[in-house]
Amino acid sequence: MKKLINDPDDVVDEMLDGMTAAYPDRLRRLPETQVLVRDDGPVAEKVALVTGGGSGHEPTHAGFIGDGMLDGAAAGGVFSSPTADEFEALIDACDAGDGVLAIIKNYEGDVMNFETAIELAEMEGVEVDSVVVDDDVAVEDSLYTSGRRGVCGTILVHKAAGAKAAEGGELSEVKRVAQKVIDNVGTMGIALTSCTTPEKGEPTFDLGDDEIELGIGIHGEPGTERAETMSADAVTDRLTEAVLDDLDLDAGQEVLTIVNGMGGTPQMELFVVNRRLQELLGEHDLETWDAWVGDYMTSLDMAGASITVCAVDDELKELLGAPADTPALAVQ
Amino acid sequence: MTEDGEAAVAVVEAVADRIERERKHLTQLDSAIGDADHGGNMARGWSAAADAARDLGDPDAQTVAKTVGKTLMSEVGGASGPLFGGSLVFAGVELEGGVTAESAVAFAETYLEKVEDRGDARLGDQTMVDALTPAVHTFKKSVETDELPPLEALAKAVDAAERGVAFTVPIRARKGRASYLGWRSVGHQDPGATSTLYILEELLSVAADHSGAEIPETDATSPTIPDDAETADATAPEPEDD
Repeated sequence: MKKLINDPDDVVDEMLDGMTAAYPDRLRRLPETQVLVRDDGPVAEKVALVTGGGSGHEPTHAGFIGDGMLDGAAAGGVFSSPTADEFEALIDACDAGDGVLAIIKNYEGDVMNFETAIELAEMEGVEVDSVVVDDDVAVEDSLYTSGRRGVCGTILVHKAAGAKAAEGGELSEVKRVAQKVIDNVGTMGIALTSCTTPEKGEPTFDLGDDEIELGIGIHGEPGTERAETMSADAVTDRLTEAVLDDLDLDAGQEVLTIVNGMGGTPQMELFVVNRRLQELLGEHDLETWDAWVGDYMTSLDMAGASITVCAVDDELKELLGAPADTPALAVQ
Repeated sequence: MTEDGEAAVAVVEAVADRIERERKHLTQLDSAIGDADHGGNMARGWSAAADAARDLGDPDAQTVAKTVGKTLMSEVGGASGPLFGGSLVFAGVELEGGVTAESAVAFAETYLEKVEDRGDARLGDQTMVDALTPAVHTFKKSVETDELPPLEALAKAVDAAERGVAFTVPIRARKGRASYLGWRSVGHQDPGATSTLYILEELLSVAADHSGAEIPETDATSPTIPDDAETADATAPEPEDD
């Protein structure tokens, strides 16, 4: 497989240096770590928002560092959790004295390493709380989790909690709105191809030319169902129905939707999916308050997409619509 | 270097050697139920931990525990980093006043508690908790109730851990990678419980060396029958009819 990679061992390190070189006035790398933080941080009189996880999901995580969203993010190896000492360095660097909220995606390695770091930071007197995102409606337990996985809905948690922190909300308030998003969001994904990890250099799973995989995660782990290829509309129906079944919304409910590319799918196709998604929401008497389309939570070069639906009320609309200025997401 | 600190560094070096020798075996155990990286990850972590411990100037036991824990956290990674390393950092706090029988019990209890909390695992889940729990319980009881000499208490704890490792084989995994195998996990020895036993065995061996004593013969499962068994019986509550 042809890749723009020098050496698989260096890929995360070189990516991080490339990111800080692209955004020198926004991002700073903590020395001897794989942690990126706001260049102007720690931001005084603001609860700090931190996250992290395996690499390979770009622009997640560091792409969402900036005004109105994250203060910093730790990058692990490709698809593997950062270590607890990296998370600890992240928390220490971002804390301005007003507390830190850690946004953790529900994978065992991420949870254990982050929780260890939180406990260590607390021993040093830092006030830290955390939320665990588990928006994937496809599986209860997977290769990497007990319970559901955390996937694209995480971006909305960054956005809402980030806005709350930016307006001066206390740690408990920031946590409350983060949890509110988690309680109201669902996601499901589909793969047209496997992804190729730098280490392995070949597809993680085999998918025939006429096959797709439904209910995939973001690590090339197998999905819940293998099916024959179907039209974009049929795929959209399957994903959307699964998410809506899970959310069980009342008629007239306003929602924010995301059609998220997995890394190897053109925008053209994502918009085709979005077209059908919006039709379906109308059929379900749901009202789209906002519709995002793009690559937010990817799985390297996997072709495919995920659909996220989040029920929004006045508070979430205000927070999700508040200004944000980050490399990967800007809201005016 | 304090005597405790010197012994602690010796323990870390002995564990690093042992894990390196057992690397293949640990990887074999892990490949049957997980992702075949336990041997390599632990060997890399303990080797770095031994280097870090040797580099400490004149440490006490608490400093060694903290340094080794932090090194394991950063070098082992995955779930084992927080479980083996993080727990050691937190348990090390108990050694602040030096190593005594009492502080060793507190250290052991905190270590077990941290592993249980972090891994959300309990006895019988086919994890390292199955080796740790009998070891810690036996150690505590031997020290506090039976007032055995610490070395003998530790020997009993190691014997108990060995039985705990054997106990992981015929039960179903509820936590960790092996749990995804469901019923197929029955019949597999847990790698984390196994490496926990190796660590305890090396701890015992170095402790015996440093006190110039032989490792005591023990049997952790020999029942303890109180001298006043009859009295105890008489005061036992009557079984209820319904």
